[in-house]
Amino acid sequence: MQKYSIFTLARNAANYHKGWGLAWRSPEPKSEYDIVIIGAGGHGLATAYYLAKRHNLTNVAVVEKGWLGGGNTGRNTTIIRSNYLQDESAAIYELSRSLYEGLAQELNYNVMFSPRGLFMLCMTEHELRGFKRHAHANRLSGIESRMVSAEEVKRKIPILNVSPTARYPLLGALYQPRGGTARHDAVAWGYARGADNLGVDILQNCAVTGITRRGGKVTGIDTVKGHIKAKKVAIVTAGSTTLLGDMAGLKLPIESVTLQACVSEPIKPVLDVVIMAGTVHGYMSQSDKGELVIGGGADEYNNYSQRGSFPAIEHTITSLAELFPIIRRLKMLRQWAGIVDMTGDRSPIIGKTDVDGLYLNCGWGTGGFKSIPGSGLVFADTIANDRPHPIAEPFGLNRFAEGRLIDESIAAGVAH
Amino acid sequence: MSGKPYRIPSSRSQGAFGRLIDRDAALSFTFDDKTYTGFKGDTLASALLANGVRLFGRSFKYHRPRGVIAAGPEEPNALVSVGSGATHEPNNRITDVELYDGLVATSQNRWPSLAFDVSAINNTFSRLIPSGFYYKTFMWPAKLWPHYEHIIRHAAGLGTAPQEEDEAVYEQVHVNCDVLIAGGGIAGLAAALAAAEVGARVIIADLSPRFGGAADCIDGKIDSAAPLAWAKKAVKKLAAMDNVYILPRTTVTGHYDHNWVLMCERLSDHISEADRLANRPRHRLWKVRAKKVIVATGAFERPLTFANNDRPGVMLASAARSYATRYGVTPGERAVIFTNNDDAYLTALTLQDAGVSVPKIIDVREDTKSALISRAEDAGIEIIHSSVISNVETSFGGTSIEGVQIATRTATGRLAQPFARIECDLVCMSGGWNPAVHLFAHVNGSVRFDDTLQTFRPDQTSEAIVAIGAANGHFDLSTTIDESFDKGYAAGKSATGKSRPKKAVPPKARQDERSPLEALWFAPAKGSLNEGNKHFIDFQNDVTAADIELAAREGYRSVEHLKRYTTLGMATDQGKTSNISALGILADTLNTTIPAAGATRFRPPFTPFSLGSIAGTQAKHLFQPVRRTPIATWHHDNNCDMEPVGLWRRPFCYRHGTEDRQAAITREILATREKAGIIDLSSLGKIEVKGPDAGVFLDRIYSNVFSTLKPGRCRYGLMMNEDGFLFDDGVTVRLAEDHFLMHTTSGNADRIVGWLEEWHQTEWPDLKLFITPVTENYTQFAVAGPHSRDILQKLESTIDFSREAFTPLDYKSGELCGVPVRIYRISFSGELSYEISVPANYGLAMWQALMVAGKEFGLTAYGTEPLHVMRAEKGFIAIGDETDGTVTPLDLDLGWAVSKKKVDYIGKRSLQRSFLKGDERKEMVGLLTDDPKEVLPDGCYAVEQLLDKPPMKMIGHVSSSYYSPTLNRSIAFGLIKNGRARMGDTLQFPLEDKVVSAKVVSPVFYDSEGERQNA
Amino acid sequence: MLLIKCPICDCEGDETDFHYGGEGHIQRPTSSNPDKVGDEAQRDYLYVRKNPRGLHSERWLCERGCGKWFHALRDTATMVISKTYLITDKPPAELKKAGKK
Repeated sequence: MQKYSIFTLARNAANYHKGWGLAWRSPEPKSEYDIVIIGAGGHGLATAYYLAKRHNLTNVAVVEKGWLGGGNTGRNTTIIRSNYLQDESAAIYELSRSLYEGLAQELNYNVMFSPRGLFMLCMTEHELRGFKRHAHANRLSGIESRMVSAEEVKRKIPILNVSPTARYPLLGALYQPRGGTARHDAVAWGYARGADNLGVDILQNCAVTGITRRGGKVTGIDTVKGHIKAKKVAIVTAGSTTLLGDMAGLKLPIESVTLQACVSEPIKPVLDVVIMAGTVHGYMSQSDKGELVIGGGADEYNNYSQRGSFPAIEHTITSLAELFPIIRRLKMLRQWAGIVDMTGDRSPIIGKTDVDGLYLNCGWGTGGFKSIPGSGLVFADTIANDRPHPIAEPFGLNRFAEGRLIDESIAAGVAH
Repeated sequence: MSGKPYRIPSSRSQGAFGRLIDRDAALSFTFDDKTYTGFKGDTLASALLANGVRLFGRSFKYHRPRGVIAAGPEEPNALVSVGSGATHEPNNRITDVELYDGLVATSQNRWPSLAFDVSAINNTFSRLIPSGFYYKTFMWPAKLWPHYEHIIRHAAGLGTAPQEEDEAVYEQVHVNCDVLIAGGGIAGLAAALAAAEVGARVIIADLSPRFGGAADCIDGKIDSAAPLAWAKKAVKKLAAMDNVYILPRTTVTGHYDHNWVLMCERLSDHISEADRLANRPRHRLWKVRAKKVIVATGAFERPLTFANNDRPGVMLASAARSYATRYGVTPGERAVIFTNNDDAYLTALTLQDAGVSVPKIIDVREDTKSALISRAEDAGIEIIHSSVISNVETSFGGTSIEGVQIATRTATGRLAQPFARIECDLVCMSGGWNPAVHLFAHVNGSVRFDDTLQTFRPDQTSEAIVAIGAANGHFDLSTTIDESFDKGYAAGKSATGKSRPKKAVPPKARQDERSPLEALWFAPAKGSLNEGNKHFIDFQNDVTAADIELAAREGYRSVEHLKRYTTLGMATDQGKTSNISALGILADTLNTTIPAAGATRFRPPFTPFSLGSIAGTQAKHLFQPVRRTPIATWHHDNNCDMEPVGLWRRPFCYRHGTEDRQAAITREILATREKAGIIDLSSLGKIEVKGPDAGVFLDRIYSNVFSTLKPGRCRYGLMMNEDGFLFDDGVTVRLAEDHFLMHTTSGNADRIVGWLEEWHQTEWPDLKLFITPVTENYTQFAVAGPHSRDILQKLESTIDFSREAFTPLDYKSGELCGVPVRIYRISFSGELSYEISVPANYGLAMWQALMVAGKEFGLTAYGTEPLHVMRAEKGFIAIGDETDGTVTPLDLDLGWAVSKKKVDYIGKRSLQRSFLKGDERKEMVGLLTDDPKEVLPDGCYAVEQLLDKPPMKMIGHVSSSYYSPTLNRSIAFGLIKNGRARMGDTLQFPLEDKVVSAKVVSPVFYDSEGERQNA
Repeated sequence: MLLIKCPICDCEGDETDFHYGGEGHIQRPTSSNPDKVGDEAQRDYLYVRKNPRGLHSERWLCERGCGKWFHALRDTATMVISKTYLITDKPPAELKKAGKK
């Protein structure tokens, strides 16, 4: 692997950058792999990377119907946080967040993790009480997270409307100092480069058409490029999980809906932190390029079209324009949508299935991007050892029959 | 700045130049604090060009000096801020800004000034920062990234955000129409005429202030008149028709599913600030549902890719023509034309006519023949075939052009051998035309590659949308007219269902035939792609041909990877000028074809539009409605702290004099417990269920039984969702045999009405009943406390309030003070309590009557917070405190209200799932801190074992916690794992700065026998 | 922005005039005897959804019109609504056909 650094950059500059080679190969599929991962999004690529890196399993392929990182990994608002209420959620998101801290160095690819601080605004007494509970739970889980006063919020976010005539009073905020954002595409690319370098085959434009089984055990996959034998197969295809699950006869508690976002035109820095406002359903940060990155709740109906409906965008922008009146005169530059899996309790599913050798990682809903490193790490461990990683265990598929739901809905006006 | 005369005299060519400007109406404006003069009808671009200004902005990354390359919405470079203070708006394309008197424009992304920008040093180091460089560096040491990021953030961005609150008004309108036409050029006008003749209701919108599109800049004749004359006639004709709506300054920003279209109309941005009316909306967002949509948005000219093609003075050929024809401005004195098609020859002829010297046309094609080319030759312009511009030479700093190098076009080579240098101050380039397919493609319209045009044009769609004219890839006048009439007629006919014969006969159009274009994606300079010379593709984001080659070489080969890695097409112009050229370079690099290299998706908006218009009138006091009870004025007059609960404002507590909240709460509780209190409960949900099956229905909705409730009695009920979790509670009254009144929490009231309807209609449609929400029909308050009965008995009433006649959980109706009332003897405070419900109009009067009657008994108004303290003293749960979507009635020890006898009710089966009936449940208990003055913070957690530092295993949390003035100590509820088995144990609650210990006790702290409420 | 027509009151309007209610024709297994329903059957009823890419039967509420629930057949990839029908109607034939594919 070509090392990336200021020195190699300078050396290549002398040669007009002619020396840079492929960040990853485009190999032809082998006839057989130990493990095939379906879906080259962040989660799939991270899983492959950790299988190779931590479990020394390199006879691995990641198959992808389009281009790596082309799904939700590149369609989110890049927020990273771990201040979840339920212990199980906090554990996996904090594992993930902490891995983000060193990810650029681990992958030798600058994913621009920016722990700029994240404020979840409290605008009703009920919300305030809910977030106080978060703060207590987070503290005892070892997550740096605390309540801050309205005055402190205002100091950090001068453009916030705190006038006495504001529709909702600002009562304070749940603050995670090491929450923030990262460059989403770079996460996919960094893991892809890392996994490829360790010997993993990333097979792009290789849509899966079937999952073959014999005697309750998985035997491989059919693809547009032919059959590939595999001892283990993992489905990591957010948005399309049901379609892949159908190929293996899985019954899944999942619905696919669109989640939208938009950006303003770039402006000079006005917002140095990430804000989330549950009462009015919106969140916003400012990208390094200067765009205000805006998101809200998911659309309500099942949708595979990767384009959302305007009312969701309108609702979010109306709310944020009320919180930040200065944005009214800015312009919307782009809007887009991703298809997310929504499970019965809005928490993910990670683990084994009823089919021997078939593993599932899906249902991240609105939390997919922030969980990529942690999800990949525990899923790789689960596949390698054929038993759930302790952090993944509560997220098994069996919880829906038992009623052991992991529900963050207490303060989830907006789940990001 | 040069004082040279760039405005073409009105006398020239019988006034052919400057048709849009009014030379008698001079307007004064400033750019970067310098005052200039322009004319009415100018754009900011034309006015500044007329004043000799050539430098308008700095590029995003390298801070290279930039001029203007276009004359329309595709302009990538020339972005300025317009306005000041509350009207300051960043990132306006000067090509779209209409000039008005007093306009204030400021350049962006430069420091300290546009002419001398410190960050231009980035250009010097540009070799170090190719596309994607930031992924390869800034990683060591890790802790320095925030500092790098700080610098990057401040270097990026374009204009500055407004500092002051926008006072402008925005509005939205919803409209239906038969045919919506986006674009008012020749195609759009022709389609509108044909559709309108059939009787269709037509909307035709154009983003510019005028209609006619390119009619004034093209050759040819329509019905033997100039195209412009025909267009003017068409507009006049349309304007006279009742069924046609003509909208100038209106951008169709997006096409959405089922032919729903968004348009942003700019109503006052072109008016001088002093003349803008305060109440006139600035922007109007149109939400249009059209039966048919016709895309007549024309085409964008492609730049050519040659070294230093971004220098101020390099311009699209059509733009130069537009400035001369429309605004009477020559953007230079000596122009070289560089083209791969015939259209630029028109520019050469026009400029020459305008007095610009046009020494040479550089045509990449071999010796080509056409009428237009002959005209240029006849005009004495030298045409150099099979050649390219290999470099642009500039003065120091790159702010003005001095000449160009000409080289032979080589078939495959990447190296140029310049054979001539031409002095010039203007380069007009044309690389062909890209149909503006955006709107066609927004929903699911596909595009196909056209080998003749060397670009994408509309193909298939499932929506009722068609493209016509240049937007459909037709650049010939006669084809455009014929197609537009045909498709306009067809759209009108199918939208109206009228089969009127085609009345409008398409006029005959003719135009000189063109010779075909020849694709040229890259003009070599000295040295190859990677060696120093910058061939810009995406001007605003500084993406060069070398960047695209590098990305492809590194494996970022899909169009999506390319875009994201290089930021190509991600600027405010959204790649209107760059997309196809980039694909051309990518295809060349990968040795494939453009369609094989792929096409990007088009997403709304077509051009950026204001966030303010999206919010519309839903701003400030109209953002969200506030729901107030009929007692709201009294609350206000009595210094009430109002608390938002959903859309409601509810009284939290009333502060007397200098009291703080806690003092007020204490006073209100003690008054209620010792004397009497009154609380406004009007926001509580009230739902009437009436019909012969109402009892059966409520048995299925609630976990306990209601069919056995006697008329005239009340019962507390629990509602689970189908998952078995508790989600609402409240008292239901049986008003009559077939008539129930349910009470719900304030926040859930609307949701529960919908929930009941859904269950009734979708699951049990056989049950005979009606569900009627009556929350706002009644004002309701509780009069509670030992003297409450005395107060009611003092008032004139048909109801017997005596202890014997009106027992707990009784309901009685009658009159109180001559007003019809329903009274329920129910208590959430634990005191003797009557809830009084009166028609809403009588609410305030009844409240005041009670206050008067209660005065002698010390009747005190109390808020919801004192109520919550009192209910906690009594051990009553509150939805939203003790419940959070994961709690069952059994967890709260409410098993007595969960029927074992009833066959079925919502949540019954789920409650039997292993985890819900398991032995790991968190159970509600009371908590008494060892120190009675210590109030446990809300939401803090108890731990299994106290450790020095986190993580510690948590066993449950505090769900409600108060200081009880009644008991003169703190009380709390906890939801603790196996809590009821821990009765008597002491639990540890580690806080940030200390550990609080508390004993597990029964959650009923006060009057456990209920003597007070049953008094 | 979907354009929906209520089959009961014939009102045609934007999706914002309606409210989505998820997959249609889900059988509630508990009506007769909840105790005889297995945990898996209860899970399927509560959470497992067909979630097809293609023809989908779903519930909508005519929220700002007549207030009635009804069924719609909508393609989740193209958004085309091919049919609306009463809440009490049986699943239409084309839905079964699509399910078999």
